[in-house]
Formats: sequence, structure tokens, C-alpha cells
Amino acid sequence: MSVIVSHLSKVYDTKKVVDDISFEAQNGEILGFLGPNGAGKTTTMKMICCYTSPTEGTVNVNGHDIHSSPLLVRQQIGYLAEHNPLYDDMFVKEYLEFVANIHQIPNKKTRIAEVIEMTGLGVEQSKIIGTLSKGYRQRVGIAQAIIHDPKVLILDEPTSGLDMNQLQDIRHLIRELGKQKTVIFSSHIMQEVEALCHQVVIINRGQMVANEKIELLRSKMKGTAEITLEILETSVNTSIYESIHGVIAVKKSGNTIQITSDAGIDVRKDIFDKSVASGYTILEMRREKANFEDVFRQLTQKESYV
Amino acid sequence: MYSIFKKEIHSFFSSLVGYMVIAVFLVTIGLFMWVFSETSVIDYHFATMDQLFSIAPLVFLFLIPAITMRSFAEEKSKGTIEFLYTKPLSDIDILMGKFFANFGLVVFALIPTLVYYFSIYQLGAPKGNLDTGSIIGSYIGLFFLGAAFVAISMFASSLTKNQITSFIFGAFLCFVFHWAFSFLAGLPMFQAGLDAFIQKLGINHHYSSISKGLVDTRDLIYFISIIAVFLYATYVSIKSQK
Repeated sequence: MSVIVSHLSKVYDTKKVVDDISFEAQNGEILGFLGPNGAGKTTTMKMICCYTSPTEGTVNVNGHDIHSSPLLVRQQIGYLAEHNPLYDDMFVKEYLEFVANIHQIPNKKTRIAEVIEMTGLGVEQSKIIGTLSKGYRQRVGIAQAIIHDPKVLILDEPTSGLDMNQLQDIRHLIRELGKQKTVIFSSHIMQEVEALCHQVVIINRGQMVANEKIELLRSKMKGTAEITLEILETSVNTSIYESIHGVIAVKKSGNTIQITSDAGIDVRKDIFDKSVASGYTILEMRREKANFEDVFRQLTQKESYV
Repeated sequence: MYSIFKKEIHSFFSSLVGYMVIAVFLVTIGLFMWVFSETSVIDYHFATMDQLFSIAPLVFLFLIPAITMRSFAEEKSKGTIEFLYTKPLSDIDILMGKFFANFGLVVFALIPTLVYYFSIYQLGAPKGNLDTGSIIGSYIGLFFLGAAFVAISMFASSLTKNQITSFIFGAFLCFVFHWAFSFLAGLPMFQAGLDAFIQKLGINHHYSSISKGLVDTRDLIYFISIIAVFLYATYVSIKSQK
């Protein structure tokens, strides 16, 4: 049990930015923290890192409480803040040495070299931070977060603004780090979370709308499959499809017909046969499983209509 | 605390800031002491360093708020304050590390002026005819004055994230605490009443008292308390902004 967030709330003036959030993140696992922009992800992370103090509730990091022993908590945590604030006038190595000094790391030189190797900063290690590109700045940010080999890593949108290659590298790094540490990282990209995480916490408007193991979330989505059918003829009698075993709903708009079916039953052959029997010409047939994006949209939009 | 101190000193001297501050201070003081005929020691015909000690507070009034405006205002505007506050550093570590680094830069600026002492010592007729006791006292006073200005303008820096606001407010506060109380005491309404008390609230009164070579514990306690009060105010200010 390494990070336990219990009943965390934060009120700014009268606005409740974070509303009674509780979850646990286990060691050796990656927890994805998802939500649309402005959902309260960053505020929650700042509270875990003892930067902002919660209005209510508490966080326990490896047995240390954020209220009673904030310095011990900060020692356990490596934190990459949202916009990755760095000292632009410092050299990469100088900066890492400064961070190493703060953490009082015994073998500074070797550890800095190790971290530079891990984050792939090699070529840029003698440059001034201000001259680095976004991707390398991000690596410096991650390097400073892991330099003291923290048990808990908190990364606030570590992959935002990176190109495809950099994205791959950073994701790979997060996956590697997640093997021995507790990693909590926030994102608004669903596929990323799907690819990396063991557990997903989704928040919207400060409230937690989901907290599930990724497998569980996956099996929940197995429920339905969407079939998109395009037919040449415009006057189609959709009732012929409704009688097929496994079909849940049929929706028609112009030449396209949306058929929702049980994911366990493949209804495509029956659809084809019925269409041919009625003399319809199929131009296209596509089957899609409900994906994480849909779940995310469902969970986060449902709330916003209230 | 040491890591912050080291980083701050390092950043003063790896950028132009440190050299600028020292150069501007020494050039200004040097001009007044040796070149401008109205104040030059050579034309004055007295072996004294009074010019240094009377002009230094004025130069500090501009330089010290310029040094300290980085301390918190810049960290806040760049967002690096979040980095500091999420590291295992207490507020005291951050505050004192920055205080000593800023004060360190003031000390670095003052050390080369010892050359002036040596020059005047050599130029005196007879050689060495100058009031060393008063000069030692004045240096002690100037160090304390520097430390007080650093504390005052660090407080100004902690209030805002705009460096210009921080500079102007810092300079204003330093002015108020150094001179304004003396001027205020001179107002007719305070004559033969509160004037002595009001004068003692200002730095100027205590600074000139130490400059006479009389290191009075009352003056030292005044300086130490004004530094402590402003450091504490800074501490409260940064704590309340979390």
C-alpha cells in the first residue's frame, strides 16, 4: 500500500475544485489519472505533493501523512509539475547537481550519469536548460524527479506537447519506472492510459467518476459492438435486422444503418444474408468494439449535462 | 539550506547579476571617493572613509532590492517555486538559504573596499593617521544595514510575482526604514515629544551611531530585530500563499 488518498477536497473561494476523492495506488503499478481539462487533476496531484494544502481529507504516502510529516512525504515523492518549471539559466548537469544536493544523495556524480543515461539526455547534457527543445526539457523534468530514486512518482501530463518519437520514449520510460515504483500520472489521452496503466481513476468536475483496474474496465466495455452498414438502396426496411439474434438496437440515417449488437455474438453473417434476401446491396460493413474513448466520453459527459 | 545558498550564489555568478551588482557598487563608490572633486578624499585633505559610509546606503537602496527581487518574485512568475516547495526543503531552508546568498553578494561587493582603507592608510600624513576604530564600527554598521535591506526587500519580493513591483516596493520600504523616520522626527508636531522615539525607529539613527565607532548593544539589537521581524514576515507571507 503506498499512496492512499482519502476524502480529499479542495475549495477555492466558493468553487469546489476537488470533491471528496479517495483512491489507492499500489507499489509496482501505474495509476492513470484521467479527466478533461480543468477537472481537478493537477490540484489533486499538488495536494499529494504537499504543494497545496487540502481543505479536507488527507493523503498517506508510504505511511507518512501529508499534514503531520510533509518533509518525509516529499522525500518519498518524485514530482514532475504540469508546465515543468525549470531554471532556464542553469546547465543541465548543474541543475541535476542542485537537485541531488537538495536530496543529499551520496554518490552524486554516478547517480547523475545514471539518470542522464536513463532519460536519454546524453547529447544535451552540457547545454543550458533554456536552449533545450520541449522534449528534452521534459526529460530534464523527469530526470530531476527520479534522481533520488523515489518510491512514488507523480507525473502531471508528462507527455503533453511531445512528438511521436519522444512520446514513445517517455512512455517506455514510465513503463520501466512503474515496475519498481508507484507511478501516478495524469493525462487526457485515453489510449495512453490504456497502454500504460494497471489502474485508472477518472475524475470530472472535481468528482471521481471511475476507479477501476484496467482489466475490469476492459471487460465492462466488452458488452456491446457497433456495426456500421452502408446500403445502396435508400428505402430500407430496418425491421428485418431487428429480428436477428444478438441485435440490440438499429438506427437508420440516410444510407447508413447503425446496429448495436451483443459483443459475444457475431451478427455480420446474418445481416449479410438478410440484406441479400431482401435485395439490398451492401456497400460497406464495419464492426467496432466500444473503446476507452467512448467510456471516457460517457463518464465525463454524463456529469456535465446535469 | 546550504544547497539553496550554493545554487543562489552560483546563479549570481554564472549570470551577469553578480558582476553587475559588484561593478556598479564599486564604480559608484569609487567615483565619489576618488574622482568627484566635491567628495573626493584627495581634495578633502582628511584621511577618512566617511564618503564610503555615507554613500553606500544610498547605493544599497537601489542595488539590494534589485538583487532580492529574484528571490521570490522571479521564482513565482516562472513557476519554479512549485519545484522548491515540493522538494524536501522546509520554508526556513528556502528563506534562510536565499537570505544568506543575497547577503553574501552584498559582502562580496563590500570586501574590495578594504583596498580603500589600505590606500588611505598609506596616503595619510603621517602614514596611518586615520581613525581605524571608527572605520571598523562603520563596516559593522554597513554589514548590518545591508542585511536589514536584504531582509526588507526579500519581504517585498515575497508579496508579488512581478519583479518590478518587488523592486519598487522593496526600495520604498528600505527608504522608509532608513531615512523616513529621521525626517518624520524633524516635523514640528513631534518636536520635544515623540521625536527621539521616532528617530530611533529608523535605521539611519542606529547606523550613524555605530559609525562613530561605538558598537552599542542597543544598536545591534535594533538591527538584529529588524532583520528578524522582516524575515519572519517573509516566512509568514510565503507560508500563507501555499
